[in-house]
Amino acid sequence: MELDPIFLSRLQFAFVVSFHAIFPVFTIGLASFIAVLEGIYLKTQNPVWMKLSQFWTKVFAVVFGMGVVSGIVMAFQFGTNWSNFSYISANFLGPILSYEVVTAFFLEAAFLGVLLFGRGKVPPGIYWMSAVLVAVGTFISSFWILSANSWMHTPAGVEFRGELLYVTSWLEAIFNASLPYRFAHMGLASFLTGGFVVAGVSAWYLLRGREVEANRKALSMTLWLLLILTPLQAYVGDLHGLNTLEHQPAKVAAMEGNWETRGNVPLLLFAWPDQENQTNHLEVGIPNLASIILKHSPDGVVPGLDMVPREEQPPVWVVFWSFRVMVGLGLLMIAVAVTGLVLRLRGKLWSTPWYFRVLQVMSITPFIAVLAGWFTTEIGRGPWLIYGIMTFAEGVTPSLQGWMALTTLIGYIIVYALVFSGGLYYLMRILRDGMEYQPAHDEHSTQTTTLRAKRPFSAADVPFEEGAR
Amino acid sequence: MEPVFDLVPIWAGIIGFGIIMYVLMDGFDLGQGILFPFAPSEEARDVMMNSVAPVWDGNETWLVLGGAGLLAAFPLVYSVFLPALYLGVFLMLAGLIFRGVAFEFRFKAKTSRYLWNWSFAGGSMLATFAQGAVVGAYIQGFETENFRYVGGAFDWLTPFSILTGFGMLAGYALLGSTWLILKSEGYIQQWAYKITPYLLAAVVLVFGIISIWTPMISDLVRARWFDQISLIWLLPVGAFLSVVVLLRAVMKRQDGMPFVATMALFVFTYLGLAVSKLPYIVPPNYTLWDAASAHSSQLFLLIGLLFVIPFVLMYTAWTYWVFRGKVKAGVGYH
Repeated sequence: MELDPIFLSRLQFAFVVSFHAIFPVFTIGLASFIAVLEGIYLKTQNPVWMKLSQFWTKVFAVVFGMGVVSGIVMAFQFGTNWSNFSYISANFLGPILSYEVVTAFFLEAAFLGVLLFGRGKVPPGIYWMSAVLVAVGTFISSFWILSANSWMHTPAGVEFRGELLYVTSWLEAIFNASLPYRFAHMGLASFLTGGFVVAGVSAWYLLRGREVEANRKALSMTLWLLLILTPLQAYVGDLHGLNTLEHQPAKVAAMEGNWETRGNVPLLLFAWPDQENQTNHLEVGIPNLASIILKHSPDGVVPGLDMVPREEQPPVWVVFWSFRVMVGLGLLMIAVAVTGLVLRLRGKLWSTPWYFRVLQVMSITPFIAVLAGWFTTEIGRGPWLIYGIMTFAEGVTPSLQGWMALTTLIGYIIVYALVFSGGLYYLMRILRDGMEYQPAHDEHSTQTTTLRAKRPFSAADVPFEEGAR
Repeated sequence: MEPVFDLVPIWAGIIGFGIIMYVLMDGFDLGQGILFPFAPSEEARDVMMNSVAPVWDGNETWLVLGGAGLLAAFPLVYSVFLPALYLGVFLMLAGLIFRGVAFEFRFKAKTSRYLWNWSFAGGSMLATFAQGAVVGAYIQGFETENFRYVGGAFDWLTPFSILTGFGMLAGYALLGSTWLILKSEGYIQQWAYKITPYLLAAVVLVFGIISIWTPMISDLVRARWFDQISLIWLLPVGAFLSVVVLLRAVMKRQDGMPFVATMALFVFTYLGLAVSKLPYIVPPNYTLWDAASAHSSQLFLLIGLLFVIPFVLMYTAWTYWVFRGKVKAGVGYH
């Protein structure tokens, strides 16, 4: 079989970036949660908030550390596998990606150290400010990366001079058409991820009767947050979809499994898209609903895949189904959040074990939904690497051979599998250890922590193996 | 917009500064990994790792800043070097990841500690060797056409680049051993004193071979050094003096001077390499100016960097200040 360097490079990028993305999407939400906890603690002086904050900061540290390790690889992927793309678009992407790195380092250098190791050594107000600035910093960092990504979907503010792209307007290029929607959608996704993980973990503790007061507080506030954010996310997602319809109609057609440009398009709940014959099998749908959602009228004409030549169609099956996974999980999240409200109003929130078990399972769903959403938008952009400007085939490294891409793909899978299982295992140990063993911040512990490395993982003091404490 | 002044030399300075910062700083902590299997005891390994644990990831900051900065300021370097060094880059990253994880987990582990020892040593050696091979590949130049790399997958792996790979192993080990002299005491320091002259001999041997070999394979380098005797000959003189100072300092059992002299040796060698090649940044065909990005792109990032670099430097200095002094066996970072 011929090894296709383009396909393998896409697979490799998808693998590396998916693996990386799950960490920041969690830490961005968690950083804000910690900032809120610290804020409440500062105001109320109730130690239970500090206990919660200390515990979740430990989790934050480890996940942040894994994000950094997996992120280093990303900085080199553009050059190794997509050198033509990097070279041609560097005038814009170079500074933007660098700003992301620079923001991350600035954040780490200045405020993360205080958040992880500064409790009791800086005034409480400053400590809280550091927590806030870490949260703000994670957002600025994601702003840059999403600006770069959105620009690849809706390029603006650049022109070709000879072979290379030059920036004609930094403002237009950075604040391109899809950035506001993507940024809002991702920001909410981060909060939902943080929220569902905190809810799931708190529920797990509550089922075991551990640290009931603290975990009830955490669960209660998270459920309020989820109640507001889950429907809001559906609304923002809809706006994002309309924006995509305007700029990338072929992607929306693939998301809807709509082959033909027409009115009265049904919303498909199930279908088996068949790209070969340009049709669907086993369609089950709600009549006119897609037209209503996208054009606000039952006979609204919705663009179909027939608008673009066959070779410019994205792979429909993957886009269609990953979109459904994302939306399905989103609806499930709304249902779970509303169930929480119902139980609360009936006064049964703390006496319904099955609901805690549901929350426990729900804690992994945001990760799946986020990845499914990214698959939808990224695969749906195909065959374009920069929409309308450069295809995957034009962006790939010319000297790259199939076997080279395959070798490093397998290599990264092995490396990440080892690192990931180590990290995940350690995270589980932290969760099992819980809040009970946290050292009080007396003179002695302050003494030993000054000798400690100012690095993310060293904020966690849980031993690696069973019974080593 | 007409460029008011040329930012290319400024950016060349920033990237050049970033690279030497990286080499010196990550050099001594990669060096601990290279020396790890030969350490006299497990307790010595604890001390070695403790001596760099607080600072190693700050050191690697410079590598990532360098990578991103290259894409922004000299995209041609980024888009030729990375494809040309494809497999080497993967090995380097894999090595850095394994040793990075070992830092996190070795002190938290008991029964699985030997695994993290291997992960630390193997990862450090792999990453160092790959970096040395990159230097060799840079000296040899890249096969390019129309601003694209057109060579093969193993062009970077030649007898010459294997030599520079081993040279880098010896060099980082030397940085590591002299750092250990500075940071340790007792029998561990004695061990570091003992191995330093051997490592220095290996470094001098490899650097010597490179110095003779390089002018032979490159007309540019030969012309620059031998057509007229100029000020650049001060660089090898400086390197030679560094070697002398280092040897004397080790014989006199001085604490800090060996490390300082080793850093000086690296700086002189680095500058020597730079003046041999500049302004060619993608040898043999492209200069700094061929490789540079648009003026407005260089300016846009420069503004941010000028703001951030002082903070990173201050933070770095502060970290080294906090962790100054000897690392004692049995205490420190857990």
